[in-house]
Amino acid sequence: MAHKFDAIVVGAGPAGNAAAYTLAAGGCKVLQIERGEYPGSKNVQGAILYSDALERIIPDFRDDAPLERHIIEQRLWVLDDESFVGSHYRSDNFNKPPHNRYTIIRAQFDKWFSQRVQQAGALLICETTVSDLILDRGRVIGVQTDRLGGSVYADVVILADGVNSMLARKAGFRPELRPAEVALAVKEIHFLPQEVLESRFNVSGDAGVVIEMMGKITKGMMGTGFLYTNKESLTIGVGCVLSDFKKQKCSPNQLLEEMKAHPAIAPLLEGGEMKEYAAHLIPEGGYNAIPKIHGDGWLVAGDAGMFVNSVHREGSNLAMTSGRIAAETVLALAAAGKPYTARNLARYREQLDASFVMKDLKKYRNMPEVLHRNPQFFTTYPELINSAAHTMLRVDGVDKKTKEKEIRSSFTARRSLFGLVGDAYKMWRAFE
Amino acid sequence: MSSAKVEEKLFQNRYRVDAGRPHIGIKNPEICASSCTTQHCTVCCPAGCYTLEGNGRVVLITDGCLECGTCRIICEEHRNVAWEYPRGGYGILFKFG
Repeated sequence: MAHKFDAIVVGAGPAGNAAAYTLAAGGCKVLQIERGEYPGSKNVQGAILYSDALERIIPDFRDDAPLERHIIEQRLWVLDDESFVGSHYRSDNFNKPPHNRYTIIRAQFDKWFSQRVQQAGALLICETTVSDLILDRGRVIGVQTDRLGGSVYADVVILADGVNSMLARKAGFRPELRPAEVALAVKEIHFLPQEVLESRFNVSGDAGVVIEMMGKITKGMMGTGFLYTNKESLTIGVGCVLSDFKKQKCSPNQLLEEMKAHPAIAPLLEGGEMKEYAAHLIPEGGYNAIPKIHGDGWLVAGDAGMFVNSVHREGSNLAMTSGRIAAETVLALAAAGKPYTARNLARYREQLDASFVMKDLKKYRNMPEVLHRNPQFFTTYPELINSAAHTMLRVDGVDKKTKEKEIRSSFTARRSLFGLVGDAYKMWRAFE
Repeated sequence: MSSAKVEEKLFQNRYRVDAGRPHIGIKNPEICASSCTTQHCTVCCPAGCYTLEGNGRVVLITDGCLECGTCRIICEEHRNVAWEYPRGGYGILFKFG
């Protein structure tokens, strides 16, 4: 094996694969290093695949990518202990190809993506952990791996090594993550006979349903739960900001167990066989927490760059897009015969700023802070909304006007009129 | 309930354990036993890798580790967790992810 490459990509998740594919397709001699036994074996996601970001890299991905179900129905549930108030949006429009988003199983999907990367000409080595970056006078010139004689050199290194971003941190390019900047998510996969799953969720063929949940299931912590339908399995999980887990001294496993036992959720899982339990951190610090993403000889893509839009539950599409743009930046400099200096690589940041990645993150820049400071959005409101629905729908001889009054006074008693107006304003500002 | 349960769950997972070479370590056990009053790692680790002994000491067994990074990040007051990824090919091997 030659020890000098045009580019090295660390990691074979969505960001690393997007970067390595784009580089290889652009004629670059690229080495990709993955620590897992195979690409995907270390990777965890919900998982929803948004077609657009992948289509811009591999337009014909639908031909052979392992996709579970295209989503035709989105449910949003606000839960208290016994009940939920929810909205469903289902449209037959989502049944018409090309489909907009799919559930996927990452171990299978990442393996497929990686095969495409290798077909494009990238060299992949697995079962190899990159332990450090090799620097020469502040410039990244290669990586140190845990293989025998494990130094490999390249003109530029793309760090797509995931949320923990070990390499950039060890090199002193960024500080340690803070508990308020990451969410800890735990999830399980439950297998069910396909016909049971389809009748339970009212779908057929390859159509599927996603349920996003908030409220008492997170015990006042800032976070959400989710349930996704795969072909023959369900993914159920819950994620909350790590500083809240810490503050509440809450066991993530216990939280998931209690959520699974909720009277509205348990029947959906009934009879399923649990086959894997996973945990993962999600970088949810938003725009204000984005670290330095480029320097002399290096670029950061995907979760390592904090590119997750937690409001819209988008991450892998931001990862793929940032990986692609990082690679395009490298290709453009190579074509112009320019060196990979921090100054020249700043073009990466400019291109990202001009894309939906930074625009969306910027739009919601204050959201993490607003939600941190206002836990009532995860506790008081779900309770009030559920009890209001209960009051209105229960037929018990009390007239509707009296019921309305009861509901109004329950809201003002719990949050006061100023509190309610203030909360509405904060939410409007954060979404604006 | 939770600790027994999490062990049952981890039993479903696939691992290749790097015997005798744990990838995470407690830097100084004395800090956990005497300076740390909260011992959040014993509650927040999703795989229950950290257990609290009767004498106030924290014991770490990394075999069931899901490689998330939680323990390193929550130990922000003491920075007492030496955290690395396992050697290439070792550790959790997600079948589904």
